[in-house]
Amino acid sequence: MGSPRTLFDKIWDSHVVDVQEDGTCLLYIDRHMVHEVTSPQAFEGLRNAGRPVRRTGQTLAVADHNVPTEGRDKGIADEESRTQVETLAANCAEFGVPYLEMNDIRQGIVHIVGPEQGFTLPGMTIVCGDSHTATHGAFGSLAFGIGTSEVEHVLATQTLLQKPAKNMRITVEGPLRPGLTAKDLTLAIIGKIGTAGGTGYVIEYAGEAIMALSMEGRMTVCNMAIEGGARAGLIAPDQTTFDYVKGRPMAPEGADWDKAVEYWSSLPSDEGAAYDVEIKLHTDEIAPQVTWGTSPEDVIAVTENVPNPADINDKNKAAAVQRALDYMGLTAGQPMTDVKIDTVFIGSCTNGRIEDLREVAAIAKGRKVAEGVRTLIVPGSGLVKRQAEEEGLDKIFKEAGFDWREPGCSMCLAMNADKLAPGERCASTSNRNFEGRQGRGGRTHLVSPGMAAAAAIKGHLADVREFL
Amino acid sequence: MQKFTQLTGIAAPLDLINIDTDMIIPKQFLKTIHRTGLGKNLFDEMRYDDNGQPIADFVLNKEPYTAAQILVAGDNFGCGSSREHAPWALLDFGIRCVIAPSFADIFYNNCFKNGILPIKLPRETVDQLMEKAERGGNAMFTIDLENQDVVDPDGNKHAFEVDEFRRHCLLNGLDDIALTLQKDEKITSYEGKRADEAPWVALQQG
Ligand code: SF4
Repeated sequence: MGSPRTLFDKIWDSHVVDVQEDGTCLLYIDRHMVHEVTSPQAFEGLRNAGRPVRRTGQTLAVADHNVPTEGRDKGIADEESRTQVETLAANCAEFGVPYLEMNDIRQGIVHIVGPEQGFTLPGMTIVCGDSHTATHGAFGSLAFGIGTSEVEHVLATQTLLQKPAKNMRITVEGPLRPGLTAKDLTLAIIGKIGTAGGTGYVIEYAGEAIMALSMEGRMTVCNMAIEGGARAGLIAPDQTTFDYVKGRPMAPEGADWDKAVEYWSSLPSDEGAAYDVEIKLHTDEIAPQVTWGTSPEDVIAVTENVPNPADINDKNKAAAVQRALDYMGLTAGQPMTDVKIDTVFIGSCTNGRIEDLREVAAIAKGRKVAEGVRTLIVPGSGLVKRQAEEEGLDKIFKEAGFDWREPGCSMCLAMNADKLAPGERCASTSNRNFEGRQGRGGRTHLVSPGMAAAAAIKGHLADVREFL
Repeated sequence: MQKFTQLTGIAAPLDLINIDTDMIIPKQFLKTIHRTGLGKNLFDEMRYDDNGQPIADFVLNKEPYTAAQILVAGDNFGCGSSREHAPWALLDFGIRCVIAPSFADIFYNNCFKNGILPIKLPRETVDQLMEKAERGGNAMFTIDLENQDVVDPDGNKHAFEVDEFRRHCLLNGLDDIALTLQKDEKITSYEGKRADEAPWVALQQG
């Protein structure tokens, strides 16, 4: 036997097709997901060079960023958005790539669709022209975002040129207490390591709190590995993973299933495997989180106050904090729970799954959205929407005064009609609070679904634990 | 892809950390289905006011920086989304080299695919270069990929590291898809081997 290997090492080793002199590897890609924003120029490149798509069956396309979340029967009003979606459909037809069209029940955010369809499986290499591809690492697969040139490279060759990443392990010990969710764990981790903390690493998340999460929660954690600078996040596959995958439309069956489970069970990191960096947290130190600034690392517990730039020694950091406070319209020292909000957005590939909607419903049930607060609940896919409706969650939402929409990325990045106006303040379950992310001049506070629901009801940022 | 060997030009100082790809090219410009034409919207929200008028003190609106070919910036440049529209916008504006203490992974990678050279230098060096870049049109920088150094306006040389394969591709303007396709046999033989070990990977072709 060789030396002990990490989960990352094992997946990597099993996908190397060729190694160049300088150590650059040609890595085989098992699954490639495609969406409308980052693919048109890649298909154009293929067409110009007369190249086909090498493995159409291992490719899956869906439009999500530009699709409207209401009035779908009328099509897409915005001309450029419509062109982009139509271009994807035409490219898929021309190159023979499977495509889920906008009114298909399976349509949704690419990172929610892959797992739902069993397209995402443990031990695989998975890419998409989208940074939140990290989400799929929850299955113990090496999943990362790529640029459009690389999308073209994968379409043409089913491989990528890569150098191996370094191994980082983040262990979260302790039980998950009520009100503490996967979103709080992942935000707390980013607060601890910073947005560049994971650059050059693949992060393996481990420990009691992580392994106790459902697949939905694990996807939330891995989804934001990119906000910690890492290209990918990973969680070892276990029974929770296999139970989720079993019976999905594209998952293996029969003898293949047994063989697959045996193989997947061999993937968790070996005893004694070496990590370049180890980081430990305990759930005792983690309260429900909220961001105050314009970077995901600008995060604190909801019980804390807005930080003061005067307390920061590093001049670049202090200037960045001041700039963020000016943009966000916040005052140093102000309690976070005093911050009034205008809008609540619940959805995205971070928190648009069924479990997230159940979390919202638990808070919303029998309560009312505060006067004047605009709310949007956007399920991550058509299947999530259907399940929520079967469980009667939509009724709870509507009775409480929430707006229940069609699936897509929506106000996570505001490429469709759902956006913030300048100065508008939003409690959002998405993953990025950058300047202008949810609309020019818009102000975003990243929170968990329960925290977003609590903010909707109070009309200001609030501690979800008061509602439990 | 355009070759990158040597570049002499004006460097624009942008002294901010965590410049994300949403800042470099906001999402409203991602609806294009082309690679070109994004330069006018580079840094759009910092560059233009609500009426679409240029904001006078934003560096790329000031002479001589409207003709900058090099950008000097703070830590973690290019973080955020994977959008290759960010390097496309830089390139379309005329920027062919970005110097910063650190870069986000995907952006860093995307640069090389578009003939842009991202250069990592120690923070103190970047701070010095930032100051020199403030001098404007009289302060020309030379980037020499052959020799792997930056020559600042005072003639000081700052060596930088770059991955050998990426350097080779950039120097020769090579398209990596064509290079990879030369390894077609290896890919096919890998697929054959993998089909035995993990038959669930190769899904039926559509
Ligand atoms: S939901 Fe947001 S982060 Fe996720 S894929 Fe869509 S735009 Fe990207």
